[in-house]
Amino acid sequence: MTLCESVTLLDAGPPREHPNQEPTAHMDQQHIRNFSIIAHIDHGKSTLADRILQLTETVSVREMRDQLLDSMDLERERGITIKAQAVRVAWKGHQLNLIDTPGHVDFTYEVSRSLQACEGALLVVDAAQGIEAQTLANAYLAIENDLEIVPVVNKIDLPAADPDRASAEVADLIGDDAEHVLRISAKTGQGVADVLDAIVERIPPPTGDLEAPARALIFDSSYDQYRGVVAFVRVIDGVFRPREWLRAMALGTRFEAQEIGFMSPTNRPVKTLSAGEVGYVITGLKDVSELRVGDTLTSDRGGAVEPLPGYKEVKPMVFAGLFPTDSDQYPELRDSLERLKLNDAALFYEPETSQALGFGFRCGFLGLLHMEIVRERLEREFDLDLLVTAPNVAYRVRALNDEQWVEVHTPSDLPDAFEEVEEPYIKASIIVPKEFVGAVMELNNDKRGRFDHMEYLSPERVHLTYELPLAEIVLDYYDQLKSRTKGYASFDYDITGFQTGNLARVDILVGGEPVDALSLIIHREFAYDRGRLLVEKLREEIPRQMFDVAIQAAIGARVIARETVKARRKDVLAKCYGGDVSRKRKLLEKQKKGKKRMKSVGGVEVPQEAFLAVLNLNEPAKK
Amino acid sequence: MGGARHLYVHLPFCAARCGYCDFVTVVGRDDQHDRYVEAVVREVELERLSLAAEVETVYLGGGTPTFTHATALERLLRALPPAQELTVEANPETVTPELAALLAGCGVDRVSLGVQTFDPQLLQTLGRRAEPDDVPRAIAALRDAGIEAMSVDLIYGIPGQGETDLEHDLAAVLALGPEHVSAYELEAKPGTRFTHAHGVELARQGEAMEGYFEQVVETLTGAGYRWYETANFCRAGDRDLRARHNLGVWLGHDYLGVGVGAVSTIGERRWRNAPSLGRYLAALGTGLTPPREYEELPPETRRVERVMLGLRLDEPLPLDGLRSVLDAAELEGLAGLGLAIRHEETLSLTPRGRFLGGGVTARLLA
Repeated sequence: MTLCESVTLLDAGPPREHPNQEPTAHMDQQHIRNFSIIAHIDHGKSTLADRILQLTETVSVREMRDQLLDSMDLERERGITIKAQAVRVAWKGHQLNLIDTPGHVDFTYEVSRSLQACEGALLVVDAAQGIEAQTLANAYLAIENDLEIVPVVNKIDLPAADPDRASAEVADLIGDDAEHVLRISAKTGQGVADVLDAIVERIPPPTGDLEAPARALIFDSSYDQYRGVVAFVRVIDGVFRPREWLRAMALGTRFEAQEIGFMSPTNRPVKTLSAGEVGYVITGLKDVSELRVGDTLTSDRGGAVEPLPGYKEVKPMVFAGLFPTDSDQYPELRDSLERLKLNDAALFYEPETSQALGFGFRCGFLGLLHMEIVRERLEREFDLDLLVTAPNVAYRVRALNDEQWVEVHTPSDLPDAFEEVEEPYIKASIIVPKEFVGAVMELNNDKRGRFDHMEYLSPERVHLTYELPLAEIVLDYYDQLKSRTKGYASFDYDITGFQTGNLARVDILVGGEPVDALSLIIHREFAYDRGRLLVEKLREEIPRQMFDVAIQAAIGARVIARETVKARRKDVLAKCYGGDVSRKRKLLEKQKKGKKRMKSVGGVEVPQEAFLAVLNLNEPAKK
Repeated sequence: MGGARHLYVHLPFCAARCGYCDFVTVVGRDDQHDRYVEAVVREVELERLSLAAEVETVYLGGGTPTFTHATALERLLRALPPAQELTVEANPETVTPELAALLAGCGVDRVSLGVQTFDPQLLQTLGRRAEPDDVPRAIAALRDAGIEAMSVDLIYGIPGQGETDLEHDLAAVLALGPEHVSAYELEAKPGTRFTHAHGVELARQGEAMEGYFEQVVETLTGAGYRWYETANFCRAGDRDLRARHNLGVWLGHDYLGVGVGAVSTIGERRWRNAPSLGRYLAALGTGLTPPREYEELPPETRRVERVMLGLRLDEPLPLDGLRSVLDAAELEGLAGLGLAIRHEETLSLTPRGRFLGGGVTARLLA
């Protein structure tokens, strides 16, 4: 999520000759511009950011290349400093702050906070691809935040580029004139200076009150192993100084600002950060959860009374059990989650014990992608071999004769009987070529979607919005959408809240005993088919035992599907004489060991592979 | 120290190698029979302290013991210590009235015939040289010579075999009325040419194996045979017709094995002679013990083996001294499933428990 990897580790280095003035420590608000870049993945956000850094001589071409090569050494020498969440550059007497936005769907809230820190945004669209769902979602967020949008069509140098069509789409989206859309190639640098000029000309300067009590919006934070939690802030009013005691207004966290500064692109400590400016505050806090994105920083004494609007607590919506494949790795998994959590306040986890999968953690994520990121980091960076249960969403349930709503994160925790259960819904935004509209509508109907809106972005491309249960997205929506639209659909969503659902908990029973890890909450209409599928799969996977094994799917006490693994009739080696007693004994020992690797459920020995196979049925498609 | 009361002698020579066989066998080298027998006799002498003063059983296995030159075979039989049971394995086609007389004259009182099947097609698949008619002829010759105890070996699960074929084989065996029947499933070793040649069909046979096993046990017990060991049956009646030599192994007794590739288990040690004929002959030619591979068998391991082997038998396993290797909770569980029966001092398996003997034993062992 850093602006561009190659420049994040730069040292201030020896003094440089800049034709432009150095980014200054302080400047009156009239000469400050704060902006973000909104772009779909691969539409050229990083390249444009790099080009801006070069053109403003924040980094030289030679340095970019050299630093890229040296970055590993630098990392070793200095320890990783701070990821560049906001870079200050100078352009024609102005201070421009480029604020990075997280690139994907699960971080809508974080994106909205980053946008709140700006007065304007560059909306970058690929000249060949046109608008994508993610572009739309973030553009709407920017419009909601009253940002001045500077439309940019990028990659006009590509042979497949259709700048006219892309410009028309963008202009239509933001209600602007197509003439106003800048046409550039970030790759070649063509038109980038015009972009910088447009930022100065079109984006309004901040209008904070320099005399008011200090207030700053936290739009991101990270953890530095030497200096603790670092907050990235946009100062709205007043002035912040180092060694001053500060307070996060929503959480009440107090700390002494150990250092304040800005990045250009490396840390530049300053004596003041004033209204309109963007920078960082080194807090010395040891836990990222003590500072939340969206919270307001103010002076502890004589500080502001009113926090900035828009703070909300981000709650995980997607849950899954994470278990080490090798139970010996449990302590490593715990330590790794602890370390990930340092930099990821949205990650939630608590110990979970499953009779089928052993000791692990129930983890909460903002969404599927967040889950994938965490899983991948655990496996790649921490070298863990993980078993991930089918993800489920958070449910709200009201027990019988009870007014109280309780949140349920594990399907097996849903009671057999209840007054009412609610599930999270999303507003899905889908852009497809018009020939796939039917396919998408059909998919959304299958997935309990409610049609909301349809509009033609161009004669060829259609934007559809639907209301859908998040649970359906979590199951296999991405996969389905991709295959039904031959990969042409672009998709984005926003969680809208909880709604009542006709839901039930389906248990899978082996030998009459429910297998906790395989329970699922599902719409009653789909319960039978799903139960049937799971039970059939499990029958294939469970080896025959010494007795008949019943495999059932049940809602409460009602069995909705049943299969039987017939008992073995023979399990003995036919021949055993003096010459091969040792070999037979070793086979027996192996058989015993194999048995120990089995999990016993209802007296039935079930190989872990059987659970895996069933869990894989529920595995969401990777995006 | 008592020494082993059971002696096994391995005679590796064969006319041809059968594809499925995994014993140490030698084809050709017909000029080595005499030398080999001398070496074996020498090994028995070297190991005389390993043997008890009175040997209970002697068993000549192979290979094809009756393929060994008659003079060499006779020399061997006469050199071996006397025993209460002297068994020789034989292939039906090798049994002539002369051979039968030779065996009987040397004190052989039990012959184990490697029949495997009566179906010519299946015999060919196995690489056996006997014709179906050889079997009754061999048995008649042996009985005429005065040898009383006949054992017939059957194999089931042969590529191309079906339930009806097995039914015919079992009927043919019953018509001959041998005192003893051994019936095994075909165990094709992975990686062998045989397995390669019959891969798909072997997999199909594997699926059918549990049905065959039931068919064998039902047919033979139905005809009055006692299912006294997982793969072994003997005619029931006043006389105990079980194979005493193998019974010794299943009861966990010590045994001495001589000859190339032979295995011995005595006290806390098990050893296997090197399977190379050349090395065996070379060592004993100079009066030395053949090269061997040793395995330590602590008492606990022997107890485990005692349980593993003992549960293959129909007679109850005495628990005395074996409790340390048994899992009491599992025993209760298996009794609950109707697979095992726990008496005061013994443990036995129900018929269904015996069909599942491998899994049951794995659970019973602590």
